[in-house]
Amino acid sequence: MKLWMKVTAVVLLVYTHTAGLLFDVPRLPILNETIRALYFHVPMWFGMILLYGMSIYYAIRYLRNPLEEYDIRSVEFAHVGTAFGILGMLTGMLWARYTWGAFWHGDPKQNGAAITLLVYLAYFVLRGSLENQEQRARLSAVYNLFAFAAMIPLIFIIPRMQSSMHPGSGGNPGFNAYDLDASMRIVFYPAVAGWFLIGYWIATLRVRVRKLLLIDTAS
Amino acid sequence: MNNLLILLKKEFTLELRRKSVISGIGLYLFSLVFICYLTFNLRLNAINAATWSALFWLVILFSAVNTVAKSFIGEKPGAWVYLYMTAGAHEIIISRIIYNFILCLLLALVGYGLFVLFIDNPVADQGVFLAGLALTCLGFSASLSLISGIAAKARNSHVVMAVLSFPVMIGILLMAIRITKNALDGLEASASRDEMLNLLGINVISGALSYLLFPYIWRS
Repeated sequence: MKLWMKVTAVVLLVYTHTAGLLFDVPRLPILNETIRALYFHVPMWFGMILLYGMSIYYAIRYLRNPLEEYDIRSVEFAHVGTAFGILGMLTGMLWARYTWGAFWHGDPKQNGAAITLLVYLAYFVLRGSLENQEQRARLSAVYNLFAFAAMIPLIFIIPRMQSSMHPGSGGNPGFNAYDLDASMRIVFYPAVAGWFLIGYWIATLRVRVRKLLLIDTAS
Repeated sequence: MNNLLILLKKEFTLELRRKSVISGIGLYLFSLVFICYLTFNLRLNAINAATWSALFWLVILFSAVNTVAKSFIGEKPGAWVYLYMTAGAHEIIISRIIYNFILCLLLALVGYGLFVLFIDNPVADQGVFLAGLALTCLGFSASLSLISGIAAKARNSHVVMAVLSFPVMIGILLMAIRITKNALDGLEASASRDEMLNLLGINVISGALSYLLFPYIWRS
């Protein structure tokens, strides 16, 4: 990871936290000040999907060319993606408590997110129960690809078929309703980029640690 | 193509020869239905349609996972080597998917019969219900066959099988339950068209993925 990317990540997140908490936001009924969750909750899901995407990318590369390096990258991106998913879930639950009245509301989007996390937790269980390193790498890459391609599209399709109270679906004010509001866009897009870069940074650090441990055990 | 038929024939011959396995699965299904019947303690139409469909799909899900799981789990290492030498990976996965589909469908139909016998038959539109059943079974076999191949390599493979398959099954089950609800309410067939197409789409995706990915599992 280049230095400028790290600097950008830090600058963007400092900007997100100050501007996200201080700038003016539109007054919408029910949402009120919780609309600021857009800068912290939504980027978690964007980040999760992008990080899982990176994990898939390295899973494919591993299957085409089985180098341990790709396997390590694949699993570490999945780790950080899951951490983002859990943070997204927690921030969403907190938000739901104050707008919907309960931490767990049973909204289709909440259920879909829970299923995604289950898939990746199953992926870690699978890795834990395979002993041979090569076999673990190959089989978990296969499951990663299968589950992502078979499940993740569903999570975007099924909630759209049901009525949901989540902003952005079922006629609730969502991202499109903010389109007119340029003041939110100038915080939201940098926030997404900043959070993703931080996730990417964490993942690359973890990959480096894993590689050092590998050299350590080999010598 | 020829190989495919031979492989399918082999599966059926083996299955019929080991009668204990197939009768074990049948008994498992029967016990599940009977437990449902006893715990709800009825035949009095006291069960509502939503509960009926939830119970029905739970029973089918558990028996399907168990049935398909045995397609690779518990296979002797010698059999792997033999298959590896005689057939290609693509032929094997396709024959397993077809075979598991037939088995699942059989199981689901028997399960439906048992439900009608012991509990109730609230289904108003048989055609839609059976079409949904067939599509769901195809989805189960398309995705579970590959997962059973993965789980067979792991320690305590039955636990791994359950953990890996349930999240993947949820999408299929949601669609199936929605089709069932329409069929129970006796809505016209066009009302379930979206769900049917969705289910078909899921089946095509998981079938294609199994076909593409199976060679990688096979290699070890």
